[in-house]
Amino acid sequence: MRGRASSLRRSQLFQGFPVSNLDDLESQSIYIFREAFNRLENIAMLWSLGKDSNVMIWLARKAFFGHVPFPVVHVDTGKKFPEMYAFRDHYAKAWNLNFISGTCPPIDEIDPSLPPAARSAARKTEGLKRLVETHNFTGLFAGIRRDEQATRAKERFFSPRGEGGRWDFRDQPPEFWDQFKTDFPPGTHLRIHPLLQWTELDIWRYTQRENIPIIPLYLSKDGKRYRSLGDQDITFPVDSTASTIDEIITELETTKVSERSGRAMDHEAEDAFERLRAEGYM
Amino acid sequence: MSGLKDMLKIVMVGHVDHGKSTLVGRLLHDTGSLPDGRYEAIKAMSERRGMPFEWAFLMDALQAERDQGITIDTSQIWFKTPKRDYVLIDAPGHKEFLKNMITGAAASDAAVLLIDAHEGIQEQSRRHGYLLHLLGVRQVAVAVNKMDMVGYSEERFREIERGYMAYLASIGVKPTFMIPVSAREGDNIVEQSAAMPWYDGPTIVGALDAFASVTKPIDLPLRLPIQDVYKFDERRIIAGRIEAGSLKVGDELLFSPSNKRARVRSIEAWNTSSLPEQAWAGQSVGITLDEQLFLERGEIASHAAKPPVETDVFLGRIFWLGHHPLKVGSRYKMKLNTFETQVEVQAIKHVIDTGDLGESSAEQVERHAVAEVVMRARRMIALDSFSTLPRTGRFVLVDGYDIAGGGIISMEGYADQRSLITVASTNVTRVKHEITDTLRAERNGHHGGVLWFTGLSGAGKSTLAIEVEKRLFNKGYQVYVLDGDNIRHGLNANLGFSPEDRAENIRRVGEVSALFGRAGIIAITAFISPYRSDRDRAREAGGERFHEIYIHADLETCEQRDPKGLYKKARSGEIKDFTGISAPYEPPESPELTVDTSRHSVDECVDQILDYVDRHFSLSGQRAVREIRTGSR
Repeated sequence: MRGRASSLRRSQLFQGFPVSNLDDLESQSIYIFREAFNRLENIAMLWSLGKDSNVMIWLARKAFFGHVPFPVVHVDTGKKFPEMYAFRDHYAKAWNLNFISGTCPPIDEIDPSLPPAARSAARKTEGLKRLVETHNFTGLFAGIRRDEQATRAKERFFSPRGEGGRWDFRDQPPEFWDQFKTDFPPGTHLRIHPLLQWTELDIWRYTQRENIPIIPLYLSKDGKRYRSLGDQDITFPVDSTASTIDEIITELETTKVSERSGRAMDHEAEDAFERLRAEGYM
Repeated sequence: MSGLKDMLKIVMVGHVDHGKSTLVGRLLHDTGSLPDGRYEAIKAMSERRGMPFEWAFLMDALQAERDQGITIDTSQIWFKTPKRDYVLIDAPGHKEFLKNMITGAAASDAAVLLIDAHEGIQEQSRRHGYLLHLLGVRQVAVAVNKMDMVGYSEERFREIERGYMAYLASIGVKPTFMIPVSAREGDNIVEQSAAMPWYDGPTIVGALDAFASVTKPIDLPLRLPIQDVYKFDERRIIAGRIEAGSLKVGDELLFSPSNKRARVRSIEAWNTSSLPEQAWAGQSVGITLDEQLFLERGEIASHAAKPPVETDVFLGRIFWLGHHPLKVGSRYKMKLNTFETQVEVQAIKHVIDTGDLGESSAEQVERHAVAEVVMRARRMIALDSFSTLPRTGRFVLVDGYDIAGGGIISMEGYADQRSLITVASTNVTRVKHEITDTLRAERNGHHGGVLWFTGLSGAGKSTLAIEVEKRLFNKGYQVYVLDGDNIRHGLNANLGFSPEDRAENIRRVGEVSALFGRAGIIAITAFISPYRSDRDRAREAGGERFHEIYIHADLETCEQRDPKGLYKKARSGEIKDFTGISAPYEPPESPELTVDTSRHSVDECVDQILDYVDRHFSLSGQRAVREIRTGSR
């Protein structure tokens, strides 16, 4: 009885004490949002409409107490799933976002030496480049994660992009003790990655805990679901019976299939994704 | 509901080619953590380059890394054991990429340091060990890798163990484990190796699981650096992350260095049913206060009972990553949590050779070196010693656009200046004096003021002070010498010799001499007053009447003179923290006058000072005071 009483007291004393790994991730992401908002002049958030960027918007609202104090940008390839456009139109209003839509150039303006799917994905890089130039953005939040892909695993939280959005992965700035590189010469912009340290599993656990809306394409229909969403023609569903978020979490705890296995552009050549990213792809 | 599992971040460090990336690949594979198809993909990459299976290709994601067989940048990968989840951080071992190694290692909770059994302990084995210590990574397992290359020899393992243990012991690191492994062959990674029956310690996975979990510093004093102040709606929210301790609604907070105070009215949150009553270390929070204070990013909130140190000078143990060497007199932007200010390198105490831990004096700190430096700012900084509060005791230096170094803070030998700058009595109103400075000067024939003598012990401050006092008095000046004798035995009898007491001693001398000056008298002070901060404060008290006179003699001369036998005692260790020997002397930057007693006689020096006083204090320039008086009669 005695032990029970003291543990009860302890839990009352520590009510609200963060115990979960998700609380740590949330706190770190909020810190990054607030640093970027304070240090940079003209920032915006990239919203791909996927599970990660919805978590990212949620975290921004936590960081700024219900507000998203910068534009939210969707770089539209024009080839997304109808469910994605419906989601976008609804939540841009519901969440009171300062929404900007960017367009992408046609495929024949893109480097023909790229493998086909990568070339298609590169349209988005080009659209993004034009958007940055038009609006003079000096910082863009992007919802990439280290566990998604090996070159993303080498990213920084604050990642400088040179002329034309190029990523100099051979000479990245040091980043430690949460001191980020926020000083840079004109012509550079920063990609800021608040979700870099999150895993796919963290994203789903957090989505469930916070009750964040998602596009239904992630849930299994006829034995298949999308694990990652991109352009309709280069994104494929994977075998799955997970039709609720709970089931997705259970599936991910044991699966050995990689998250981006349904994204064609990653698999065309050994360095396809590296080349895309060096040119400014997320 | 999961997400409650323990998580630990482990960095792999060590000399280039000692097998860090290989060990990560092995660990992932042998614990069954590789995604489907990854093993095959690595095999194809290896074959394409005509190489045997290369585990390192798992982490070396860049073409340049694979083609050159070298890790350029740090990378991270997730895996789990039945005990807990891990992030493995691979760090490059090539000297060229030290900034990336630090980026990886600073993010870790514990480390595995690899040493090649065949090559033995190399430059980066030592440097990385030292840097882990500097970065505050206290849990280290040492893996002696490539045991297959030395025939799994116990003798070779013990030899490296002895050598490296001795090195670690000398920098105060006690490795948790020393493990003989072969990452390539999988010996002692997950399974106990049959090839090394003589080893009965844990495997790599066993060692990882044996590391202690990370706990948040909630029991330390509260430190909440302000990150930003928001006014999106009717609330004025102070945002920041609690770096240590905890706070509750209703707590009185002290903000440093502005020294403003207010109470926590609320802890704000979005999308919660009720607002929290309390918040802890690690949380990014937003609070509102009961008073609308003007607060800026960079201030640190604490409780009044346990505030951070306030100082404009501190010792930093730094690692330097800049392309240009760090030099005495160079200015950098310093970032400490969210605080930023310009700092100047006042002195390089020594550069530390991480190979043999030898300390040598140097004019500059080269890229990738470690050094102990004295940094000075033009304003007060709120900070802590790294040893007491790590998260507010470390800083980075920015040179131009780039982060060029980082370091940890020591306040050893330096005073907390908080009590010296805080006005405790607030109900005092100034009384206007009717006797003006001019009236006093006209009666005396000269202005009042302070001749602040500073210099090493034995430089001649007291000798000159007594002599100057005599000569000035004879010329008709109102003059009085303040020295250790008449101050320490009376006004400052309650002060000892701690850094804080010494600073307080000088503060009081500064205030008293300023009063003398205002009373129309020339006060001569004869104190070593080795710290610039203390003298600057005296100058502030004395205002334009303050004249800093540097009584200069080199250390050698002073030590030879040693009138009180103090240097001898300091050399033998009988006196601790003796200026010039075991504590710093910070020479004046721009004194009003410098006299050099090693090159000039006492009389010559006195003449120089008298000449200065005549020119600056007398009402009619060069002429002596008495002559003015006789002239006016």
